[in-house]
Amino acid sequence: MKYRQARWDEPLLIELSGEGRCGLTLPFDPELSREVGDVLETIPKNLRRADIRLPQVAQPQITRHYIRLSQMNYSVDSGTYPLGSCTMKHNPKIIQRILANTKVRKIHPEQPDEYTQGLMKILFELGTMLAEIVGLPKFSLQPAAGAQGEFTGVLMIRAWLKDRGQLNTRNEILIPDTAHGTNPASAAMAGFKVIEIPSTEDGLVDVEAIKAVAGRSTAGMMMTVPNTLGLFEKHIKEVINIIHEVGGLMYYDGANLNALIGRVRPGDIGFDIAHLNLHKTFGTPHGGGGPGAGPVFSTEELGEYLPKPTLEFDGQRYRWCYDRPKSVGRVRSYFGNISVLLGAYIYCLLMGRDGLKDASALATLAANYLMSKLDRRYFDLHYFLNIRCKHEFVASAKVSALEVAKLMLDYGVHPPTIYFPITVPEAMMIEPTESESVEELDNYAEVLNKAAEVASKDPKAAAEAPHNTATPRVDEVRASHPRTLKVRW
Amino acid sequence: MLVLNLSKPYQPNSAPNVTTRMLRALGLNTIEELYNDIPDDAKLNRPLNIPEGKTEGEVERLIEETLRQDLAPEPHQCFLGGGIWTHYVPALVDEVISRSEFYTAYTPYQAEASQGMLQALYEYQSLICDLTGMEIANSSMYDWASAAGEAGRMAVRITRRRKIVALRNCGPQRLDTLKTYCDAAGVDVVVVDYEHKKGCIDYSTLKEKVDDETAAIYFENPNYFGVFEEQAEEICKLAHLKGALAIVGLDPTSLSVVKPPAEYGADIVVGEGQPLGLYPNYGGPLIGIFAARGGQKVFRQMPGRIIGETLSKNGERRCYTMVMQTREQHIRREEATSNICTNEALCAVAASVYLAMLGSSGLMELGRRIMESSHYAAKKLGEIKNVESPRFTPFFKDFVVRFLQADPEKIYRNLPKYGLVGSQPLGKDFPELSDSALFSATEVHLKKDIDFLIHSVSKEVEDK
Repeated sequence: MKYRQARWDEPLLIELSGEGRCGLTLPFDPELSREVGDVLETIPKNLRRADIRLPQVAQPQITRHYIRLSQMNYSVDSGTYPLGSCTMKHNPKIIQRILANTKVRKIHPEQPDEYTQGLMKILFELGTMLAEIVGLPKFSLQPAAGAQGEFTGVLMIRAWLKDRGQLNTRNEILIPDTAHGTNPASAAMAGFKVIEIPSTEDGLVDVEAIKAVAGRSTAGMMMTVPNTLGLFEKHIKEVINIIHEVGGLMYYDGANLNALIGRVRPGDIGFDIAHLNLHKTFGTPHGGGGPGAGPVFSTEELGEYLPKPTLEFDGQRYRWCYDRPKSVGRVRSYFGNISVLLGAYIYCLLMGRDGLKDASALATLAANYLMSKLDRRYFDLHYFLNIRCKHEFVASAKVSALEVAKLMLDYGVHPPTIYFPITVPEAMMIEPTESESVEELDNYAEVLNKAAEVASKDPKAAAEAPHNTATPRVDEVRASHPRTLKVRW
Repeated sequence: MLVLNLSKPYQPNSAPNVTTRMLRALGLNTIEELYNDIPDDAKLNRPLNIPEGKTEGEVERLIEETLRQDLAPEPHQCFLGGGIWTHYVPALVDEVISRSEFYTAYTPYQAEASQGMLQALYEYQSLICDLTGMEIANSSMYDWASAAGEAGRMAVRITRRRKIVALRNCGPQRLDTLKTYCDAAGVDVVVVDYEHKKGCIDYSTLKEKVDDETAAIYFENPNYFGVFEEQAEEICKLAHLKGALAIVGLDPTSLSVVKPPAEYGADIVVGEGQPLGLYPNYGGPLIGIFAARGGQKVFRQMPGRIIGETLSKNGERRCYTMVMQTREQHIRREEATSNICTNEALCAVAASVYLAMLGSSGLMELGRRIMESSHYAAKKLGEIKNVESPRFTPFFKDFVVRFLQADPEKIYRNLPKYGLVGSQPLGKDFPELSDSALFSATEVHLKKDIDFLIHSVSKEVEDK
């Protein structure tokens, strides 16, 4: 237990404030100022601001404040961070350097298209490469994150149904019980009723249950493949046939694509719409919770429903096309999270066709290798007795998953996603990615086993963990209790 | 035995001996065996049609070459606004968000190991509350437009009514997004025309459209034309009188001179945080500001991640964690207030650094500088023959210019010849303003920059 995270008693910005200090000077042009007189007098009296209360801090102290905060933050550049379904892989540093130096930063989105042809070419090539990976030809780069991609995709199903006069009759979306919470939330946001499909004992979606509910009210089905247990849905083609036969559409949640690049293309097996999480599979960082990017892909037929504008190329010029009468509309302003898109483009160029395929294979290898090292006395891995997991797997801890996670924090690694999927008791969802070396995987397995051992043999010690992080165990109940809730200074 | 095509620098186990060792440990000979469970007819049986991998240096060069012809004006050469603006981005902002402890972290699920990001986001929420006068802010949405959409839906949940009244002088992309979000919930968005002569809200027309079915009025202050809505307070009162909420959209730099929306009656505030330390970046990433008031009943209807202050279990340490997660999709699934999870956390940290650097006096000064630049630009453009500027007053940062003889589209297309961008034609979204364009000026525009703009626009206006 040599790991120690920094533990600063760092005040809030407002507590660092001292009257009369500031961290930045602004330009002042006296001539210009004289020309216009007192501009503040032009503001309607009833709207004028009397005072502003913001922290007043000089630059050295602001700098130290944020450096100290950064030292109290674990990241994938700090160590192993194998959150399941989050794909915490290394972000090649060249991406950051290009993004920091690129002229794209200065370009305003309303600038005339003829002066951004290079950037539009990059975006178009990115869309084309990703479309090739997904196996669906049409794309929109607009959605800002995976969840917004899902919302967009479900809206496209809605628009398609409306076009066919079936919106009133087809109002159900089928979603497996192992799905991410965003799937049912996105479907509900688009006005659909969610029908939860149970899983069978082997952890796969229950085909019989789908047959039992699929019918004239089915709008479509959302699937994550491999699913959140890390299993390839081997009946997927049958499932897709069932949904298509009853007249519904299939939506592919790309959260787990990191298992499959170059081996399975969702479009080839019959999916109609898909989103990808570029901040997961395509090497761009997560930013501590964003920005991400969740581009959406569709079949040729469904392309007319994609958000507007779409990026078009006539062989000579790139242009944003707004003339899209059947589009679901806009889901945000402008064209997308450009720096994330540019980062994913760089990633694709670096990796190339073989590198992308190998990365998926190595991610799958890492997950299987790590699983093989887990101590069966503490972890139930029954889903994987006769089958290889893909890029991730779910261990059911025989002790409290929460205590195991908190104990692990003291070893300088980040615990897995816990209590998800909700179908597995004491779930620990583990996705090591291709970035972890075999030595780090060995260490991680050792830490998991050790933490589980402590949790099982010394519950008191477990309840007191962690000790070595920036703060000891956080009181989550107090944090959200109506009487003690505090969301601002 | 070489089992992989390449040993990649980002994949430590691609070293052939390591791959082999790991496979052997699993009792396997080849990587392909890991995929034995996938039916053959689901597998792709050809290589992807994607170029071979390149080196870092090659990629860097290729990107540079591809972008070479693109025009990337310096901030002082850009006079476009409307939702994204050019402001000075302090070096410290770049420095802080370049810390990989921040940018390579995930959402702070394990609070004990993620105190840095949690405290930074708690500070962001607090700063937004201070600026807007609201009681609660979330830790960011994707952008202003989607925040407006979510605000509309939140008002529907609170009031259980199914109509949003929005003003036509709001940003067209924001209105489009609001409609997308509301349509999906079966909620009508009724768009009310503005006062064409003044650019501001026509209160009497608005009043007719607000009724007992109205969940909220959405308006922007300053509006898309940059004009201050003098009747903001009356509009909020009108909403409340009908049992509806008032949602105000804004550019946060305007709060340097405009009083907090809470003081004139706003219930929900949304806005675009980009001017607080982010580059235009061709439109993203942005920061959706989302703040509200009305107590915990309202808080429970908020979308998005919210960070709270608490204590460690042993009571010894102040610390931070994600709160009220029972609103969110990972717990509530189809009953969640929204599907949003990943937001724009790193951008929110940038905005906090920016606001902390400015402080109270800096922000007040920023407001004055912005207005001096924009008013000087508007006045000087108005001195050009056959140009009416500013078309609407009183205004803040953006302003409308009317060309009595020239075609605004032509000026927009030709300004890049001078290295400038600006004069965004308004005719597409506002046919009644087909002779007009939107300009914007901020503190980065000095007198000489604006004088050059005037010179360039004059030449274009004269040269028919």
